[in-house]
Amino acid sequence: MEKLHNFFKTFLLFELFKGMAVTGKHLFARKITVEYPEERTPMSPRFRGLHALRRYANGEERCIACKLCEAVCPAMAITIESEQRADNTRRTTRYDIDLTKCIFCGFCEESCPVDSIVETHIFEYHGEKRGDLLYTKPMLLAVGDKYEAQIAKARELDAKYR
Amino acid sequence: MLEMIQGLIGQPAGLAVWTMIKILLIVLPLLGCVAYLTLAERKIIGWMQIRIGPNRVGPLGLLQPIADAVKAMFKEIILPTQANKSLFVFAPILSIAPALAAWAVVPFTDKLVLANIDASLLYIMSIGSMGVYGIIIAGWASNSKYSFLGAMRSAAQMVSYEIAMGFALIGVLMVSSSLNFVEIVNQQAKGIGGGSLLSWNWIPLFPLFLVYIISGVAETNRAPFDVAEGESEIVAGFHVEYSGMTFAVFFLAEYANMILISVLTSLMFLGGWLSPFPQSWGLLGAASIFWLLVKVAFLLFCFLWIRATFPRYRYDQIMRLGWKVFLPVCMIFILVLGAWMQTRFSLW
Repeated sequence: MEKLHNFFKTFLLFELFKGMAVTGKHLFARKITVEYPEERTPMSPRFRGLHALRRYANGEERCIACKLCEAVCPAMAITIESEQRADNTRRTTRYDIDLTKCIFCGFCEESCPVDSIVETHIFEYHGEKRGDLLYTKPMLLAVGDKYEAQIAKARELDAKYR
Repeated sequence: MLEMIQGLIGQPAGLAVWTMIKILLIVLPLLGCVAYLTLAERKIIGWMQIRIGPNRVGPLGLLQPIADAVKAMFKEIILPTQANKSLFVFAPILSIAPALAAWAVVPFTDKLVLANIDASLLYIMSIGSMGVYGIIIAGWASNSKYSFLGAMRSAAQMVSYEIAMGFALIGVLMVSSSLNFVEIVNQQAKGIGGGSLLSWNWIPLFPLFLVYIISGVAETNRAPFDVAEGESEIVAGFHVEYSGMTFAVFFLAEYANMILISVLTSLMFLGGWLSPFPQSWGLLGAASIFWLLVKVAFLLFCFLWIRATFPRYRYDQIMRLGWKVFLPVCMIFILVLGAWMQTRFSLW
């Protein structure tokens, strides 16, 4: 009996039609594609995109060249050189991030005692020639200046979980 | 029309020109269908996977096939150094030529047919078998192990399924006692349903109908029988070394064959241009090319549906299905059919 049942099940293509019913049903299902340039998915305040160096409200750069980020960076993408300025504070003379090495782990941001190096929500950037993705200090500061409002807002939203 | 052209340029030349025009009238719409079948495939499979498919080129992505064609034309044709150059270029031609030549005898209505020859079914069978040479030569001439594996698999598969297909057609021949497509279709107009859905061959010959469709999928090397391409194991099988237009020609041939198989299935099992409704229903019941197109479109949709649903067969499973399932089923059914036709319950 079992054998006869299986015989008819096989020859009537029962399971094949069952499979086709599944795909047939999905033909009319609502599509989940996000049409990217026009539509976007929501982004967490913790999103880790392009890096930026921040400044205080008075325009002084936050970075104190403690080199914690350089030490913690697992990809060794950060290079820092520092000197003592005329007002006796230690500041960086060089702050390079090689974005071709960076793995966007966010350790630099986490290690920073003054919230200077941060990762922004920008992920649509590119380089057109070799070296374009080696971000130097002025470039990082420029990013920070341009997106300060966005960066501050994301930090504020995330503050209560820190 | 024919007389007018013959009056202008003489008897034999006029006939040649007139035939050429008719050929173009078949081939050009066919190539258009092939182009849009590729779009339909991507769209339908996309929808079945809850995606939306191509929608960037033109409204709703309707110009996508044109963009694809332009891209294929401008890409470089790479000739592998170790390849046999003449065979390498010859293979795609050999695969598309039979796919197009077969259309010579395909009737679109009982009047609309390029060559209404008596043995049209035999012609289709023999031209159809030529397609495998294109694939074997492509695999051999590329001088690459993946191409060769793909070609060998494909050769074995196509030869096996051709037999099952041939047996399925024998059943059709038995009931219509003709090799001519127009007569095969006209025969389906008689019987219980009086030309409607119920009198077509697919009900009395249902097992052969299924065997024919499944073998048709296997013949065209479509999923789930696409071991010849087997992207996950042998990269792209027999056409791994082909690029640009040579690749596009293989692509065209595959899709032209798909349409051909669908048309043949509609003609032999689904009553061709006959309407599924009784003839008393006026315009809906009248036989016309429209019904043939509807049936072909439905079968093509099934091809895509099958591809979206099933995973690829393993090679030995393909061989088992062809030789140990389809062949015995067909043979037994033909025996049953023969006995049936001798009884007084015979429908024919």
